[in-house]
Amino acid sequence: MKTALCVVAWVVIAPFLGGLLAGVDRIITARMQSRVGPPLLQPFYDVLKLFGKQGVAVNVFQNYYMVCFLVFVIVTGALFFSGGDILLTIFALAVAGVFFALGAFSPNSPYSNIGAERELLQMMSYEPILIIAAIGMFMVTKSWHVHDIAGFQKPLFVFLPGVFLAFLFVLTIKLRKSPFDLSTSHHGHQELVKGATTEFAGPSLAVIEIAHWYENVLLMGFVYLFFAFNWVVAIPAVLVAYFIEIFIDNTYARLTWHFTLKSSWIVAGVCGVVNIFLIAFLVK
Amino acid sequence: MSFFKKSPWVIHYDGSSCNGCDIEVLACLTPLYDIERFGIINTGNPKHADVFLITGTINEQNLEVVRNIYNQMPDPKVVAAIGICATSGGIFRECYNVKGGVDTAIPVDIYIPGCAVRPEAIIDGVVAALGVLEKKAAALKTMKASA
Repeated sequence: MKTALCVVAWVVIAPFLGGLLAGVDRIITARMQSRVGPPLLQPFYDVLKLFGKQGVAVNVFQNYYMVCFLVFVIVTGALFFSGGDILLTIFALAVAGVFFALGAFSPNSPYSNIGAERELLQMMSYEPILIIAAIGMFMVTKSWHVHDIAGFQKPLFVFLPGVFLAFLFVLTIKLRKSPFDLSTSHHGHQELVKGATTEFAGPSLAVIEIAHWYENVLLMGFVYLFFAFNWVVAIPAVLVAYFIEIFIDNTYARLTWHFTLKSSWIVAGVCGVVNIFLIAFLVK
Repeated sequence: MSFFKKSPWVIHYDGSSCNGCDIEVLACLTPLYDIERFGIINTGNPKHADVFLITGTINEQNLEVVRNIYNQMPDPKVVAAIGICATSGGIFRECYNVKGGVDTAIPVDIYIPGCAVRPEAIIDGVVAALGVLEKKAAALKTMKASA
């Protein structure tokens, strides 16, 4: 019963939280550039407007793939917030990512094809760290289940500082922010146009946006796990992590995929794997 | 309730002009004018855009480009011709390669004259264009309902 409630709460509340997070993001970004910025509810206005637009599609499959992307992101979050297996969550998230890439490959436009290829490269970059994070959490808490990890009484962050740093590093990739906004290009009118989302108009773009909100809330849930011993610490920690991401977004230009892949694997190796080895020797 | 007024996304194309109006359009995005206050985003992608801002004249070379961008924009959409060159051809009107204003290529909804246009005039014009956008959205809705 409690599980069902968690799932329903996730499906209903997450898009509102995600949209508000995006609104706050846009205001803080504007303030950092000494602008006033849009109203807080702007992301909701955007999505509601997009649903009123004509849906122009190049082929019959492309919108279907994006609906699959949304469905799998929701399934991933449902697994996570109902306290399911964290490994299954990570692989379900990868499936969602693959659907996004398939959708971007299908219209055959050069911009969206480059975006799709870069999306796959990004997945190669962040997947190792997500799995290392799951392994680290298992070694400390002796459980693969999010329910037990969240219920662990000691702060996970103290045991896994390296893993947490590595996770913050890939969070930038996952949130599609500079310097790693390789596949969708956070701001348009650049060499990539809008990358993977270039060929999506109207309602299907709205679906992508909503899926992205869900994804952001899910990732904040991952950050929460590192501080889950006490929610009074955890919620400010999540907000600070998001603020750091916005700050990085505004201070760095986009990097190449070579650098993204290399640096994220090096960070995974140096911070993540070393941390895991130390845990293996120190925590019995 | 329609949300077109609250989130108009623009695409900007510069035909053959002196780039004066072009720069003024981009000036609207800067901290001084900050059009993102009204939810306006410069998308750079016709498939995401609601408002098409064109500066400069239409000539034989960019005619097809302008038509292509216009045709790729999903309905409802509005076109704003910015600057005297875009509205009528301006001082380039008699040039051998110039066709004239933007309305020689695609239907224009709002004309914003000036040489160069001031950012205030551009913002005023875009706001006027939003009224047209709203009407077109309502028309599209009734068309869908009757179909």
